[in-house]
Amino acid sequence: MPTVSMTVNGKSVSAEVEPRTLLVQYLREHLGLTGTHVGCDTSQCGACVVHVDGESAKSCTMLAMQAEGSDVSTIEGLADGDTLHPMQEAFRENHGLQCGFCTPGMVMSAVDLVRTNADPSEQEVREWLEGNLCRCTGYHNIVKSILAGAKAMQG
Amino acid sequence: MTDTGIGASVRRVEDKRFLTGRGNYTDDIDQHGQAYAWMLRSPHAHARLNNVDTAAAASAPGVIAIFTGADMAADEVGGLPCGWQIHNKDGSPMNEPAHPPLAVDKVRHVGDQVAVVIAETKAQARDAAELIAVDYDVLPAAIDMNAALAGASAVHDDVPDNMCFDWEIGDKDATETAFSGAAHVISIDVVNNRLIPNAMEPRAAIAHHDSSTGHYTLHTTTQNPHVIRLLMGAFVLQIPEHKLRIVSHDVGGGFGSKISHYAEEAILTWASAKVTQPIKWVAERSESFMTDAHGRDHETHAELAMDADGNFTGLRVATKANIGAYLSTFGSSVPTYLYATLMAGVYTTPAIYCEVKTVFTNTVPVDAYRGAGRPECTYLLERLVNKAARETGIDPVEIRRKNMIQADQFPYQTPVALQYDVGDYPTAFNTALQAADYEGFAQRRAESESNGKQRGIGISTYIEACGIAPSAVAGALGARAGLYESAQVRVHPTGSVTVYTGTHSHGQGHETTFAQLVSESFGIPADQVEVSHGDTGEVQFGMGTYGSRSLAVGGPAILKACNKVIDKAKKIAAHILEASEADIEFTDGVFRVSGTDREMAFGEVSLAAYVPHNYPIEEIEPGLDENAFYDPLNFSFPAGCHICEVEVDPDTGVIDIANFTAVDDVGRVVNPMIVEGQVHGGVAQGIGQALLEGCVYDDAGQLLTGSYMDYTMPRADDLPNLNVGTQSVMGASNPLEVKGVGEVGAIGSPPAVINAILDALAPLGVDDISMPATPSKVWQAIQNA
Ligand code: FES
Ligand code: FES
Repeated sequence: MPTVSMTVNGKSVSAEVEPRTLLVQYLREHLGLTGTHVGCDTSQCGACVVHVDGESAKSCTMLAMQAEGSDVSTIEGLADGDTLHPMQEAFRENHGLQCGFCTPGMVMSAVDLVRTNADPSEQEVREWLEGNLCRCTGYHNIVKSILAGAKAMQG
Repeated sequence: MTDTGIGASVRRVEDKRFLTGRGNYTDDIDQHGQAYAWMLRSPHAHARLNNVDTAAAASAPGVIAIFTGADMAADEVGGLPCGWQIHNKDGSPMNEPAHPPLAVDKVRHVGDQVAVVIAETKAQARDAAELIAVDYDVLPAAIDMNAALAGASAVHDDVPDNMCFDWEIGDKDATETAFSGAAHVISIDVVNNRLIPNAMEPRAAIAHHDSSTGHYTLHTTTQNPHVIRLLMGAFVLQIPEHKLRIVSHDVGGGFGSKISHYAEEAILTWASAKVTQPIKWVAERSESFMTDAHGRDHETHAELAMDADGNFTGLRVATKANIGAYLSTFGSSVPTYLYATLMAGVYTTPAIYCEVKTVFTNTVPVDAYRGAGRPECTYLLERLVNKAARETGIDPVEIRRKNMIQADQFPYQTPVALQYDVGDYPTAFNTALQAADYEGFAQRRAESESNGKQRGIGISTYIEACGIAPSAVAGALGARAGLYESAQVRVHPTGSVTVYTGTHSHGQGHETTFAQLVSESFGIPADQVEVSHGDTGEVQFGMGTYGSRSLAVGGPAILKACNKVIDKAKKIAAHILEASEADIEFTDGVFRVSGTDREMAFGEVSLAAYVPHNYPIEEIEPGLDENAFYDPLNFSFPAGCHICEVEVDPDTGVIDIANFTAVDDVGRVVNPMIVEGQVHGGVAQGIGQALLEGCVYDDAGQLLTGSYMDYTMPRADDLPNLNVGTQSVMGASNPLEVKGVGEVGAIGSPPAVINAILDALAPLGVDDISMPATPSKVWQAIQNA
């Protein structure tokens, strides 16, 4: 089996994996980072969104080997110790989550939105979330959270 | 005094773990040495199962065991039971054909389990499953309900006409009389589209058997762990409860789709005693589409009789409800007692008769989906009322006002079994009209028209019965178990509290709301309270979460247990403070001898209860840990009004929801932030049903909408911001005065959306549209008009 190496949440990791191993499987099953979820098998729900070299990516839609040498961050790496990232805090404050299953992907996706668009409009947030499904919230409070999180991230 | 009690928008306790990726969903759990299961599923909707040859698969790499229906049958494993018995018009019981967890002689829907492969890895299990050779004799499929009733093909050989039951409610003769004297008769045909619930977390399970003790543990994604223990233990696998533990920690959404006892739970638990390893199974989304219980799927013809003044005098309803290939756990209650008992709506219609034919088809079982029966009823009524307004020329607001039950008419006995306890429908109705600026609509319509758009406004009122219990009523209506709820309130020595509840949280925020109840009761901050749910090894008993019952039935159980704690604590405080018990008052977390400054804090009394030096041991036992069971006397009856405003582009059929207003009476609100969130979520699912979602099987029973590429889930840019508010009359059926909020959004919203579209398209001559009202359907309707 080939060996794959990458940095995940700041730590270098390396493992032998079956070539067909998806990045999400590697994160969840090999590294125990179960905050990244799997909600579909057609690359549509976004529960699996992580950052690969700073950009959001669906970890169900790439092989672990495609992330060879990359810098990967997951929801577990977002908070600073016990202090939530401003986007996480905004979701908490604005009730942007219910069952929490879509949440890691939503938050990681939202952080990437703000990276590319520091001051998004409501419509831009809604369009950005095209690849993230939530069945619980009706998106109302997710959108509100992301707008608040974007503001907070500007400090 | 605490500011985390009833009425505070306390931020949720559960959020930190979810936001940091530390939730504990079933798929996040791994057990030492676990094996993986893959279900081989039928590719056919209907086929005789001749031979399942597992020889090649059994010798594939990593395979530990393969089991088929014959293996389970040899162990005399029981069928999956249905929890609600319905009787036919003639009094005979419904048809209840066998539902083996692994198919035995026939497969009855695409996705039916044929074999389970257990292997060292999931990939190996899946690879091996492809080597199983199944000899099927494909049979014609019964998909369309009418064809099925005509005997197209018998889903179950012992039910040749595919009729599960033919049921009725109401007074047929009185209704006929109302129609014979009617000035107007309005009739309508509606289809309530079949939906696929799609909780974002796919179902999963891990079973483990300890042969040294005979214990079984099943982690599963369920909304009601004790119900699964009861059904699976007693009826399917004959495992006594002290040897069977069901654990359901964090669950990623349910909406009713995770209340059923599913085959995979029984298959894994049974198989775990055959192999010596724990077994894990996680559904892929494609499996969820074809095996999670679906929702709705009704065809209805209804007629409304009116007098010359526009008063409703009679309602006659005939519904066909698709039950799918098998009777699921609550499947039979949904199109009957959760549906037709609400046919009065918020109106004074004096005579109602409804009959429901429930039909087996070669599709996935249909069971509860958010609202379960009540959205189907509300959709029918509110479409019919709007049609009546249009045909008689009475304004849609006026026709509703005229026929609405008034605030001084409670308790109100409907002609279809229910007695509404309290309510004030006209006030909520007026509040909604104001919140939606109904008055200003004409101007907005004119503006839209000047931009070449069609604008419409649609109203829907609704009532629902929820808070399921009450056990005696449910029992009389066919429930095979009482539906009370239990709670245990354990005060620890230094005054913090653990609450054990038999309800289950899968997004509703019980860990927060229930902590608020205790905070209010004991006068301690909510962060001193932890809520435990979802583990039959910890919680004494419970009936789980569905039918908006958690706060209405589980909440009072907690309150009752808290009161028992306070009663006992008063005795302890009286002893230590050397006062009579009658002189002890308890306010804001302090026990005080009335009229004095002698007092003990809550934590001092709890400490005295556990590690006493000075204790009335002859009179009371140490400890501060109380149980309670609660069963309400009646359902609770949330009600409200939803108003939708749409703008339709007549050139493309694209619908834009310009405004959506919901005013709901949910009784007392414990956490307003959570209540709003529940309404948002429900409304989104209702708008999804109205505009986007629809399950489609082809004639051969293949599921055409089996992925997110084919089944349209509402996305962020499909939905508007929602204007939601509450206008409550305190509930009367439980001491917390709550009514329930989980389902209201999904119940009230679909007819508001469709009525708005029809209002927009009326000037173009369109008078009917079915759900989901997709752009192509709208465009076609405009072309055909
Ligand atoms: S798991 Fe659904 S998009 Fe990745
Ligand atoms: S919070 Fe449950 S899916 Fe988004």
